[in-house]
Amino acid sequence: MADILAFAETRAGVLRPVAGEVVATARTVADQLNGQVVAIVVGGAGSSESASDLSRFGADRILVCEDESLALYQPDATVEILASVAEDVTPGAILFAASAQGKDLSARLAARLDVALGSEATEISVEDGAPVIIRPMYAGKAYGRFRFLGSPALISIRPNVFPAVSNPREAVVESLPVPEVAVKTRVVAVEAAERTALDVREASVVVAGGRGLQDESNWRLLEDLVDALGDDATLGASRAVVDAGWRPHSEQVGQTGKVVSPNLYFAVGISGAIQHLAGMRTAGVIVAVNKDAEAPIFGVANYGVVGDLFEVLPKLTEEIRAARRSDG
Amino acid sequence: MEGTTVRSIVCIKRVPDSEARVRVSGDGRAIDSSGVKFVMNPYDEYALEEALRLKEQSAEGSVTALTVGPDEARETLRSALAMGADEAVLLRSECSSDGLAVARALAEEITTREYDLLLFGKQAIDDDNMQVPAMVASVLGLPCATVVVHLQVAGGVATAKREIEGGHEIVEFDLPGVVSAQKGLNEPRYPSLKGITAAKRKPLEEKDVTLAGPKIELIEMTPPPSRPEPQIVGEGVDAVAELVRRLREEAKVL
Repeated sequence: MADILAFAETRAGVLRPVAGEVVATARTVADQLNGQVVAIVVGGAGSSESASDLSRFGADRILVCEDESLALYQPDATVEILASVAEDVTPGAILFAASAQGKDLSARLAARLDVALGSEATEISVEDGAPVIIRPMYAGKAYGRFRFLGSPALISIRPNVFPAVSNPREAVVESLPVPEVAVKTRVVAVEAAERTALDVREASVVVAGGRGLQDESNWRLLEDLVDALGDDATLGASRAVVDAGWRPHSEQVGQTGKVVSPNLYFAVGISGAIQHLAGMRTAGVIVAVNKDAEAPIFGVANYGVVGDLFEVLPKLTEEIRAARRSDG
Repeated sequence: MEGTTVRSIVCIKRVPDSEARVRVSGDGRAIDSSGVKFVMNPYDEYALEEALRLKEQSAEGSVTALTVGPDEARETLRSALAMGADEAVLLRSECSSDGLAVARALAEEITTREYDLLLFGKQAIDDDNMQVPAMVASVLGLPCATVVVHLQVAGGVATAKREIEGGHEIVEFDLPGVVSAQKGLNEPRYPSLKGITAAKRKPLEEKDVTLAGPKIELIEMTPPPSRPEPQIVGEGVDAVAELVRRLREEAKVL
């Protein structure tokens, strides 16, 4: 029997979507180990209230450290909070989202607890009473299966891969004391991006453009398609267009950008260099639009349309709008 | 403004080029490296460039390139020296995919040196762990900002802008500290001919290290799961209606 800790991320006192994925995944692992799921929330005003929602994903206990000093991510304090809960609970595993915060925090905590961390897991199983993970390496050109040789196993899970399934429990919300720590790393502000778009790793639909778009002003064609696809869609970009300065690096998909796993990925005017394919080949369904029938992107696309994207895209946007309208 | 003197140690890694085709070796324990071109991890180039700029700004300071790796990693260190690093250190060891074991070996070497800033690439593009920078910081008790796209150092304080979903965090810390570099931090220089020649005369120290026993173990490595058979729906605008139909009825993603 072993309990599983789940670090549920907040921003501005509100749970981030990945928090549900982490807690629901912890539930699955805990069930195989006959343990409880202990969710941990750290944040500013509103965090306790948002945290109670985690019972929906299967948390048995919800521990909240709410304080104005924690409204922004404070790594030194958060590591202390987690280390002290880990000491109380002696969990079999501690789960994080492989997000900006989760990856920073999990690495710090692993060193603090002197245990191993498995990053960006896409599968977790239990063998001989201990977690075993599968994780992409070389940006997904190879997959590694790993076992942990100590406890707790620290694991960060790739966003958008593990479903946030509902599994309601009667959970108790308990508050944790604010730790006294020497603050060395000071997070002093958060700046939102100009577009408050969904992050390319967390969107369920990605519309990515490449050099075939010919000019950055043509991105409005992709923006129209994103708009037609709804709130779960966002933009992505190939390395070529980021290097050309057309799009910000935060949108780059590929081995030196982000590795994404949306349900649906549109590759528009992207030929499909190896480093790009590495970043998107785990998408559920891939659609490619390219004028070159020999482009490598068609080798991984579930559906390909060979043609001039300047003609195909507006038509596609129109058809998708019509289809979504008919669904009401 | 008066520049702050910054002595940097830049931790780098030798990795397969991002354009390389990766094949799993016959025993399923590693990749088959025959015919694979190896390069300095691309994110480490941003880290090194930043260290060089900090040194140039103050006309003082120093840049040390440090790596854990096989004999061949000497070539990666020579590239760092050619770009402008003053000296290089190879901690010769077998590779490990346990980030903490690598971090401890680096930390042990780092404690024997004087420095203001430790710089890393945000992740190595082979293991894709994104662990070592924050782990080294924790082991040494130093502040740390990861995935940094802008860095300013003045008056013994570093101000870093780190990338988060949908925006940035502004992070401050007193030196010494740790920064991991993201693409966008700067535009790395190419080594000049003069730099390449000079690199041959710069000090490159080598020592053998033994990594701590791993706490995570690779059971097997496999190729990625194969994708379904690709279908070409058709050509041009005429194919669009059929594409949308298949996305709705066959794939059920719209």
